[in-house]
Amino acid sequence: MRWHSRRTRALAVQVGLVVVLALLVGWLLANTLANMRARGIQSGFGFLLDTSGFDIGESLIAFDSEQPYWRAFLVGLLNTLRVSITGIVLCTVLGTLVGIGRVSSNALARGLCYVYTELLRNVPILLQLLMWYVLLVEWMPDAEAPLQAWDSVFLSKGGLALPWLAWDEGAWTSRVLWELPALVEGEVRGGLIISPEFLAVTLGLTLYTSAFVAEVVRSGLQSVARGQLEAARSLGLSSWLTLRHVVLPQAMRVIVPPMTNQYLNLTKNSSLAVAIGYPDLVNISNTALNQTGRAVECIAIIMALYLALSLLTSALMNAYNRRVAIAER
Amino acid sequence: MSTPTSTANAHRPAMLLPSRPPPARQHGPWQWVRRELLGSSSSAAITCIIAACLLWQLPHLVSWSLLEAVFRPDADACQAARGTGACWGVVVEKYRLILFGRYPHAEQWRPLLATVILLALLVASCSRQCWHRGLLVAWVAGLLVFFGLMSGRWWGISLGLSPVPTDQWGGFPLTLMLSTLSIACAFPLAVLVALGRRSDWPMVRAVCVTYIELVRGVPLISVLFMASFMFPLLMPPGTTPDVLLRVLAGITLFAAAYLAEIVRGGLQAIGRGQLEAAASLGLGYWATQRLVVLPQALAHVVPGIMNNFIAIFKDTSLVTIVSLYELSGAMGLAVNGDPNWRPFKLEAYLFITLIYFACCFAMSRYSLWVERQVTHR
Repeated sequence: MRWHSRRTRALAVQVGLVVVLALLVGWLLANTLANMRARGIQSGFGFLLDTSGFDIGESLIAFDSEQPYWRAFLVGLLNTLRVSITGIVLCTVLGTLVGIGRVSSNALARGLCYVYTELLRNVPILLQLLMWYVLLVEWMPDAEAPLQAWDSVFLSKGGLALPWLAWDEGAWTSRVLWELPALVEGEVRGGLIISPEFLAVTLGLTLYTSAFVAEVVRSGLQSVARGQLEAARSLGLSSWLTLRHVVLPQAMRVIVPPMTNQYLNLTKNSSLAVAIGYPDLVNISNTALNQTGRAVECIAIIMALYLALSLLTSALMNAYNRRVAIAER
Repeated sequence: MSTPTSTANAHRPAMLLPSRPPPARQHGPWQWVRRELLGSSSSAAITCIIAACLLWQLPHLVSWSLLEAVFRPDADACQAARGTGACWGVVVEKYRLILFGRYPHAEQWRPLLATVILLALLVASCSRQCWHRGLLVAWVAGLLVFFGLMSGRWWGISLGLSPVPTDQWGGFPLTLMLSTLSIACAFPLAVLVALGRRSDWPMVRAVCVTYIELVRGVPLISVLFMASFMFPLLMPPGTTPDVLLRVLAGITLFAAAYLAEIVRGGLQAIGRGQLEAAASLGLGYWATQRLVVLPQALAHVVPGIMNNFIAIFKDTSLVTIVSLYELSGAMGLAVNGDPNWRPFKLEAYLFITLIYFACCFAMSRYSLWVERQVTHR
């Protein structure tokens, strides 16, 4: 066994790397334990079963301060999911429209979409979120005198009220009906009421990400060779059929992978909701951290959950990508 | 039946057709309007709708932001114009707090000078004439001067300026310093990690893959929380690195994982032949990477790298969540603390939005130029 042999050297370097890393981790761990002992910090995930003692502004499941911490984390996770999924759907629609606008034959539409993408993607998302929030809670009229549209959409400092499906529990049959919000005694009741925090986070994330989605869609559309369009035309396909059978199948191959990245970015950016007080996962963990002082555990929970969300999103999108990818024989 | 003349004519060159006039000129303003705005009936309809919306909204915007706006730092006048005109007076009143944060008022010439030096270095680094060894020396000197000016001393040695601890640094200098340093530290780390991910050695590969995937799966804010809450726990008892240093380390480690994936994309575009040619010339691993692989790989991914730099610049705004007062944090500090001016937060936001936009837009334009430099030789 010679030192100059490549294999020996490779083995030595790798073993060395692992040893150094293990020592580093061990050193950090020892420091952490020493620090925790010195400061009297308790560790472990047992606190998850304790009573949380704080209320959460909005929640998809019933929650009050008597409930344990783990349920608070669940509320945060659900709120994060709610914002992310809404944002992903909306930014896809909006971004696709703007992306198509970028390749439009109309110069005015092209210019407008160009200004839109450049303006939105060159300003930090945090700033945009804060601006939307200021606009919604300080510039909107008071909840007693909301802005109205078609007598069924209300916008005020208290949030946005929209017509929504409601479950009508009848004596014999239950049915789904369309419930309109209404202004009753200076208060908007009924329908779907969206808090200004949720609205600001969703608007900010949607608009910011849609600018990136628009660029993805544009590059996808431009990747389809001109000859393909001309060939489809010479076959007599209508513009809709051309889009459906010629352009989209080819563009999707280019679009899907970067689109996955944008969805992941949106999900991760939703953590900025903490800056405007929307009770997302980070916000709840932050409260829990301040109350219990268990920094390591709370940050580990945030990281693990986001990691799981990211892996889930990319798994779903990769499955979709396999469907649109070129089927090679 | 054929006459002799017609058969003779058949062999003669036919009479040339008169040449056709060139197609009508397609440029000129009217042609452009016809082609680009009124190309088809649907295009004309779109033009009409957009033009109508612009004509409807633009006058409001112009009157709010310019005609009816209050430019004097007069809170009462601003309050009177509320709703009809913008209050740019808040910017006039608070610009020093917004731009320099909590830095002592009398000493603010120091961050100003430091920012000018850093900006001059950044601009100089963009131009091709300056790409030589002297630039590196200038950077080291420039950064030393920057930190000397900002803190008033070098590692305990007093410079005759009043010392300013890092928790009072803020505003634009902090944004600029955080983004410059994290870009400068993240880039070499990213190249190393990207090379590691493509290494033949399984352990190195495993370490790099774990690092990249772990960091890319979590939001930056959790990394910053870690830097600000957990980092003190990880260090030996009694030693706590400066918060600026911790945050800088957090942003660098975060950005490097994303950059590494971009660099890996470039590495994958290099053909095997290049490596074999380098090996047959007798180049070792590092010489091959430095002289053959990286110059080509990085040139392939210039747009991606520049986009990432822009993202880092924007991401520095998140440090305000862990209580560092960079540009956006300083703005909150300036406006939230003063009840007279708090109603005009939006105008202050628009002001720093403009600063961020100008920087990012300049970077993206510059990226297009670099792209041309490395592709069209």
